[in-house]
Amino acid sequence: MDVLLIKEGFPLLSFLIFFPLAGALVLLAFPKESFAKLWTLAVTVITAVASLPLLMDFDPATTKYQFAEFHHWIPQFKINYILGVDGISILLVILTTLIMPFCVLASWNYISRRVTPFMFCLLIMEASMIGVFVALDFVLFYILWEFMLIPMYLLIAIWGGPRKVYASIKFFLYTLAGSVLLLVAIIALYLKTGSFFIPDMMWQQTSSLFQILVFLAFFLAFAIKVPMFPFHTWLPAAHVEAPTAGSVILASVLLKMGTYGMLRFCLPITPEATLLLAPYILWLSIAGIIYGGFTALAQHDMKKLIAYSSVGHMGFVTLGIFVLNTQGVEGAIMQMINHGVTTGALFLCVGMIYERTHSRELSKAAGVGRYMPWYATFLVFFSLSSFGFPGTNSFIGEFLVLAGTFEFSTPLALAAIPGAVLAAAYMLRMLQKIVWGGTDNPDQSYLSDLSKREIVILTPFLLFVFWIGLGPQPFIDLIHPSVANLLEQLQQWQHHQVALLTLP
Amino acid sequence: MDAVSTTNIVENSNLLLAVIIPLFGSLVVMTLKKNPNLREAVSSCASVLLFLIVLSFIPALKAGKTLIYPLFQLLPGLSITLRADGFSMIFALVASSLWMIAVFYSMGYMRAHDEPCQTRFNACFALAIFGAIGVAFSDNLFTLYLFYEIVSVCTYPLVAHHQDQESYDGARKYIIYLTTTAKFFLLPALILIYVLVGNLDFPHNIFTGIIPTDTKSWVVVMLYVFCIFGFAKNGIMPFHHWLPGAMVAPTPVSALLHAVAVVKVGVFCTTRTMLYVFGVDTMHALNLGIPTAYFVGFTIIMASVIALSKDNLKARLAYSTVSQLSYIILGVAMLTPHAIDGGLIHIVNHAFAKITLFFCAGAIYIASHKKYISEMSGLGRTMPFTFGAFAVASLSMIGAPPVAGFVSKWYLLVGSMEAHQIGILLILITSTVLNVGYFAPITYKAFFGKPPAGEAAVGIKEAPLSMLIPILIAVTVSVIIGIFPGFMMQFVQMVTG
Repeated sequence: MDVLLIKEGFPLLSFLIFFPLAGALVLLAFPKESFAKLWTLAVTVITAVASLPLLMDFDPATTKYQFAEFHHWIPQFKINYILGVDGISILLVILTTLIMPFCVLASWNYISRRVTPFMFCLLIMEASMIGVFVALDFVLFYILWEFMLIPMYLLIAIWGGPRKVYASIKFFLYTLAGSVLLLVAIIALYLKTGSFFIPDMMWQQTSSLFQILVFLAFFLAFAIKVPMFPFHTWLPAAHVEAPTAGSVILASVLLKMGTYGMLRFCLPITPEATLLLAPYILWLSIAGIIYGGFTALAQHDMKKLIAYSSVGHMGFVTLGIFVLNTQGVEGAIMQMINHGVTTGALFLCVGMIYERTHSRELSKAAGVGRYMPWYATFLVFFSLSSFGFPGTNSFIGEFLVLAGTFEFSTPLALAAIPGAVLAAAYMLRMLQKIVWGGTDNPDQSYLSDLSKREIVILTPFLLFVFWIGLGPQPFIDLIHPSVANLLEQLQQWQHHQVALLTLP
Repeated sequence: MDAVSTTNIVENSNLLLAVIIPLFGSLVVMTLKKNPNLREAVSSCASVLLFLIVLSFIPALKAGKTLIYPLFQLLPGLSITLRADGFSMIFALVASSLWMIAVFYSMGYMRAHDEPCQTRFNACFALAIFGAIGVAFSDNLFTLYLFYEIVSVCTYPLVAHHQDQESYDGARKYIIYLTTTAKFFLLPALILIYVLVGNLDFPHNIFTGIIPTDTKSWVVVMLYVFCIFGFAKNGIMPFHHWLPGAMVAPTPVSALLHAVAVVKVGVFCTTRTMLYVFGVDTMHALNLGIPTAYFVGFTIIMASVIALSKDNLKARLAYSTVSQLSYIILGVAMLTPHAIDGGLIHIVNHAFAKITLFFCAGAIYIASHKKYISEMSGLGRTMPFTFGAFAVASLSMIGAPPVAGFVSKWYLLVGSMEAHQIGILLILITSTVLNVGYFAPITYKAFFGKPPAGEAAVGIKEAPLSMLIPILIAVTVSVIIGIFPGFMMQFVQMVTG
């Protein structure tokens, strides 16, 4: 347990999990709709504010898990309640807590029926999402991982669009199929190492075959979640049908769990399989980048377009992770955050159009810019950010990922470049359509520009676009030690293996 | 010239001011939709202010200093930093002085033509200058790339200004060509250079470059090719199609942006990269210069031939621009001091002459609604000032003394002899003949041709003063820098030493 920096005093991480949970339970007792909205907003804002000390007191000098908590839970099976954050998870936790209040605000008018259950689901989501990022016990992790599916399923299935049943069931089946294998892998690891404590399972000497099998089980679960090409088909369906808040949560946080899982589990627990299979995953990432780009280019539905763009962007993240060097992995983590900010904002933007025109069709939104100049301004910046315009957040992520990839292999990096070109193409196409349209725009003169509430929602996102874009160093400083440590351990493990093999 | 010692590098916050003024001007313009007079006043003030600030850098530069101003440090070795040296002054002076003239001209043009959305037009115009000035004052390849992309995005609304099918098509072509080449070629080159070198900062001389000498030669050649094609605003064939397409824009846009700001951004970036990223020594060592010169030589000849076949005046001017831009790159690619001098001074000389020609085209259109050269015979007698200016500016394009174009052609010819390249010499001479071929008939017909029957009744008059005065100013400058090339040459010589 020497990898934990146990936090004495106030259990901040537990608070971040249990406060939204308690907030949700309060809603059961007071189901009045107007109260539910305000209450949920208050709970998410308090959680967001409470998470800020994580950033302030986070010690980037150590690579241990900080703010750690340890309680025995089921001693017979050595299952414990262990929480902690390190450089890999801290920004994701903050991203989750910060994005939730905006999801509530975005649903303020959008959700008109069954408001209280909706808010209940949002709070449950928040609790389990934060839990996934901070859990250090595999059983705890798995429970929260599975638990998250239920509110998300409900968000799509109850408050979704016309094909909500199809989309929600597809979402559920895909992710469940992945998680079943995850469970098998967890049990196999438990039988091997005799512990459910995640750091205990890392850097073990296990047979190649065992590693490959465990890796594949992990990988499938996480690749579905990311989603990596060719496991992505649930994503466009889910995004299109989900309500705005659902799409934002899905894009900003849920997708990151896949890549987070790869970093947290695949690399350290099955290093040999990682090294062995990385080349294949890299080319799979390239395939995803290109495929996502081309498919996004062909979409007429704005939400689908952004959904496919996510496939491409997340391809950059997996690319960065599996080039296995500092720049690549740091770029991948930055790209996870950036994608959360930018794509979240884009889904909010689409939601705002949808609330007005009741259509997600690009052609119905043509020429909106003339009547909604403020909206157009925000959309321009988020779109530019999405295709990695220099000076915005995504540029930093893409730049680092590609720099890492160039260090790894020039042909591989050159193969990823068309993805960047395609990103510019589909985002500019969407932007052109919405802001300018053509000579046959539908009549948009009835549209009203953004309300104050909507400007309040979008402004913080814009702030982060430029903050990370122009001054990313503080963010990178937070994640750097953990990433460096992870890669160093991987290298040591590799040397150790080579030494073992060369022994007579 | 040896590397400038660090004591000669001074921080100067006025650099930030120079970049902020057009940006801020644009933001103010956006809020003044309901007050066109005040809006134009803001544009004019911003342009004058910018010009004065650029002028204020001259004494320090003459004293051998280089001004820098760091803005943002993104990653180690990757920053947004501004710099003013001789090279940046060549472009900054041109862009800022011509912005002043163009603001006045576009006031006259847009109002006479009663164009819609003038606020958007003015705001985007200022944003484009913001990008151009940023490019001029970039201290590293990343800053250059950032502002280059800003120019691409901010000029889209200007090209699509009329919002009809033709302008949407032109604007789509424009943005596709420019962003695709930048992403496809420039972005990987940028990142690979960063991976190889660890930073993207320009050195303070044109010889060393920043590429490590032990880099594999095929990598350097690849990077070089990527950089040449990545800056597609330079109009090198085969990525030049966006420029004629962009001619659907209102004439002031074609004049300032597609004769000066946008295309010069492309050429400036290309030559900056050739001299300050690769450096003369590396280009010599890998024999990159002369092949480049011949490659752009093809563009020079080809574009001139196409220009001959165009009857639409703006289209002819556009292809002439494509051809002339390659002069600049040709000069720099020959890598001898005189040739580089000739190439760089042509940035200035071409700008003043070409903006005059476009201004004239706009004036002719406003006065007579004529776009085609074949309709313009005899028009010179009713519009003597416009066509007089046109004649002088086309002499500059041809390279006849005493107009500015002669200076650049002289240096280029001397440079080609220094480099012992008879082929280049021939290209230059052929292109001069072609220039005469497509410019001389316009003037000749305007003054000596017969007007079409029934034309006299239409009552065409000379263009309004607000357009005529900028034309006359621009053409006068062309003559002055032809007779006294010293003022601009001092900056060019700061570069070549």
